[in-house]
Amino acid sequence: MPTNLSARLCTFVLSLFLIAFALPAFAGPFEDAVAKFANDDYSDTEEAIGVVASSGNKLAFPIISALQDGRLMADPDSKKVYVTGADGKSIDAATGEPVASVPDSASAVRLNNRLRRSVDAAIGSLTLQSPEIGTRLQAAQSVFKSHEETALEAVDGALAKETNKSVKAALGDARAAILLFKSDATEVEKLEAVATLKTRGDQEALALLTGMGDQPASVTKAAASAIGSIQSSLAVWSGVQNAWYGLSLGSVLLLAAIGLAITFGVMGVINMAHGEMVMLGAYTTFVVQEVIRTRYPALFDYSLLIAVPLAFLVAGAIGVLIERSIIRFLYGRPLETLLATWGLSLVLQQAVRTMFGPTNREVGNPSWMSGAFELGQITITYNRLWILVFTLAVFAILLAMLRYTALGLEMRAVTQNRRMAASMGIATSRVDALTFGLGSGIAGIAGVALSQIDNVSPNLGQSYIIDSFMVVVFGGVGNLWGTLVGAFTLGIANKFLEPVAGAVLGKIAILVLIILFIQKRPRGLFALKGRAVEA
Amino acid sequence: MTPHMLTRSLDRSATIFLAVVAACGILIPLSNLLLPAGSFLQVPTYLVALWGKYVCYAILALSIDLIWGYCGILSLGHGAFFALGGYAMGMYLMRQIGTRGVYGNPLLPDFMVFLNYSKLPWYWYGFDMFWFAALMVLVVPGLLAFCFGWLAFRSRVTGVYLSIITQAMTYALLLAFFRNDFGFGGNNGLTDFKDILGFNVQAEGTRAALFALSCLALIVAFLICRSVVSSKLGKVLIAIRDAESRSRFLGYRVESYKLFVFTLSACMAGVAGALYVPQVGIINPSEFAPGNSIEAVIWVAVGGRGTLVGAALGAVVVNYAKTLFTSGMLAPYWLFMLGALFILVTLLLPKGIVGTFNAWWDQSKEKRTAAISASAAAEDGVTEPKMAE
Repeated sequence: MPTNLSARLCTFVLSLFLIAFALPAFAGPFEDAVAKFANDDYSDTEEAIGVVASSGNKLAFPIISALQDGRLMADPDSKKVYVTGADGKSIDAATGEPVASVPDSASAVRLNNRLRRSVDAAIGSLTLQSPEIGTRLQAAQSVFKSHEETALEAVDGALAKETNKSVKAALGDARAAILLFKSDATEVEKLEAVATLKTRGDQEALALLTGMGDQPASVTKAAASAIGSIQSSLAVWSGVQNAWYGLSLGSVLLLAAIGLAITFGVMGVINMAHGEMVMLGAYTTFVVQEVIRTRYPALFDYSLLIAVPLAFLVAGAIGVLIERSIIRFLYGRPLETLLATWGLSLVLQQAVRTMFGPTNREVGNPSWMSGAFELGQITITYNRLWILVFTLAVFAILLAMLRYTALGLEMRAVTQNRRMAASMGIATSRVDALTFGLGSGIAGIAGVALSQIDNVSPNLGQSYIIDSFMVVVFGGVGNLWGTLVGAFTLGIANKFLEPVAGAVLGKIAILVLIILFIQKRPRGLFALKGRAVEA
Repeated sequence: MTPHMLTRSLDRSATIFLAVVAACGILIPLSNLLLPAGSFLQVPTYLVALWGKYVCYAILALSIDLIWGYCGILSLGHGAFFALGGYAMGMYLMRQIGTRGVYGNPLLPDFMVFLNYSKLPWYWYGFDMFWFAALMVLVVPGLLAFCFGWLAFRSRVTGVYLSIITQAMTYALLLAFFRNDFGFGGNNGLTDFKDILGFNVQAEGTRAALFALSCLALIVAFLICRSVVSSKLGKVLIAIRDAESRSRFLGYRVESYKLFVFTLSACMAGVAGALYVPQVGIINPSEFAPGNSIEAVIWVAVGGRGTLVGAALGAVVVNYAKTLFTSGMLAPYWLFMLGALFILVTLLLPKGIVGTFNAWWDQSKEKRTAAISASAAAEDGVTEPKMAE
């Protein structure tokens, strides 16, 4: 039957291929090199690594990676070498044929630190030509780190074929690193290498240049100037990095403090339970994500978009409730308000602790908020970036609301002169309730953002409350721009002090500086002027 | 202070208060030491230590009432002065351990050996002498309060702003004391004390004596506060509390008055902390936590702001409730209760227990006198002219 025949033919051809692949055509330098692994001699092993890595044989990668993991077994008596797989099956390293069992006399080929570096380099050069761009890039970077001379040929080969720009750059760097340490490279090659590393200009390039040992005078001179320029550019980048961290911290502070600025600015109410509104927002995010996880897993990427309005409503509604039930009886008694809201914060914390447990709850990052990208020498994570954008958006919306809406107008009127506003027919108690609700609602959406970078626990709010107060006090009451400037100033100052003084001392220094600052300007950076101040 | 002035300034509630504290200070230690263990009237040693703690809290509450109740300064950082006094005492107690520590180093306390200190930090010198430590108990909190107050009051930081920066102050100290390289034992603080002035801190006799001393300190602190608030100085303080700008316009140097009373109050808080440490056997940075200071303020609010007696009473009542409710099955509800206490007291009982009681007493007394005079007037057949509103 023709079908039967064709099937047989196929099987035959296939088995021919298999045999051709599995059987060595003839014993050549590859097999000799593999046998050297069985000598249990470091210099023989090194030679074998070099030959195997540059052989182009399909077995080269399995052998070298087995060597790296201690899975390459050598039998000193028969000079046979075996690769044992993670699944327990073994193959003959020279032929690739499966073997039933590795003899008991075989032991793992030993490595020392020097050999380990050649193994790493060999693995690097073996994967330099992988079809995957990511693998190639990684391989090039690992060659750059190990800068073994043996890899030079592989790098040159890969460089000739490479089309991807970033892999090509990485290969160029790797080549430069190798040449710099290659004893017999020409002076011109070394100068070029120094120039390449200078363009790379990161911490690793700096480490290579400073640790390169004895070189010709011209190279040493070029290296010294390269080191100087890298160091100064790194200093600039670390400044940029601090500024970025500072902006990020500032955005978090701003988000936490902005609601406080509204309630304090308009109503003169110190709301110690403000942090708990932030916490409620974070827990709203948690609940939204739980529902999405169990019911509609496909919507997970939208969980934050759903959580933001919900958190605003939850925290805002609770805020209005608090204002109507507690705070409105305490107007004109700011110190008592402070105590009552502190008590409220204890109650809310304990309520959440009872409902959700005292431990941290898991809030996930949607895919568009995880990961990071590189900008020059600094890494920017997406979640921090989005939080900064989100904060500025909230700030802009709030500013527009205060400026252009009727409620905003009424709120500003009440801030400036409560009694006059009341005489003009503004229902101040309604404005108070809505203002408090607005401030609390914004704290709620701050909680959504903070759930992405902080632990969601009942104590979440407490860790922000003192910092938020510092921002409001520093920025001045009754002016949102003051809060903005205050938050970013404190954030950036904090991050620039941290590397100098350490995290805790930096924070203490900031607190002391604020206390001293208040001496100079008791009402903050942007203080309201006029009679309202003394009220 | 003449005895005459003293008696004049003591009203009924103050007399009762002093009598009760004195009685406790004498009877509780005596009952603990003299009566056989297990007898009905014998106060067990653990209770002596517990009540000793309450008495220290009462002194702290008095110091807060002095500035908040009589001068309108709401400090949310008084726990810092308390803790500093406690640390000064703790340092003395650490130096007394000597070679009996785990590492047996004659000079360095255990935690310093553990943290590889090669020599004693300079600020630990002198703390092996009791008189020096006792002086520091007053000087360190007093000096901090003086510097802080001098800066704050001079630039007229008042109201909630002052409250918030006092909170920032204690928070900064909290962070600092948590650091191992700050030289005060970091997270673990100072503990494992052996003796005080040669007496074993664990011994019953020492505990009873410490309790009696705490009561004595409470009485002295009360008398000092009393003499301050009933003097002319006290009148000015109350004027500042009620109308600061007006007092300033009348020519009083408001900041000097505030600074004096703030510093005095900080010293009292320091003494309270110093008596507290040997009785509880440990001092660690958590005493600086802003929450502690706010809790101390609520004791005053519960008892009655501006009554002194109320502050001490509030401290004992709230802490007794805390001990009662934080053990056993009610423990998860304690924070609900504490929170509710904050809210309800400020909303419904703004004068506190003693203030409300005093107001009620005065009112009923007025009614009684009015009734007596009315009946007297009726007998005379003359109607008293109604007072205009």
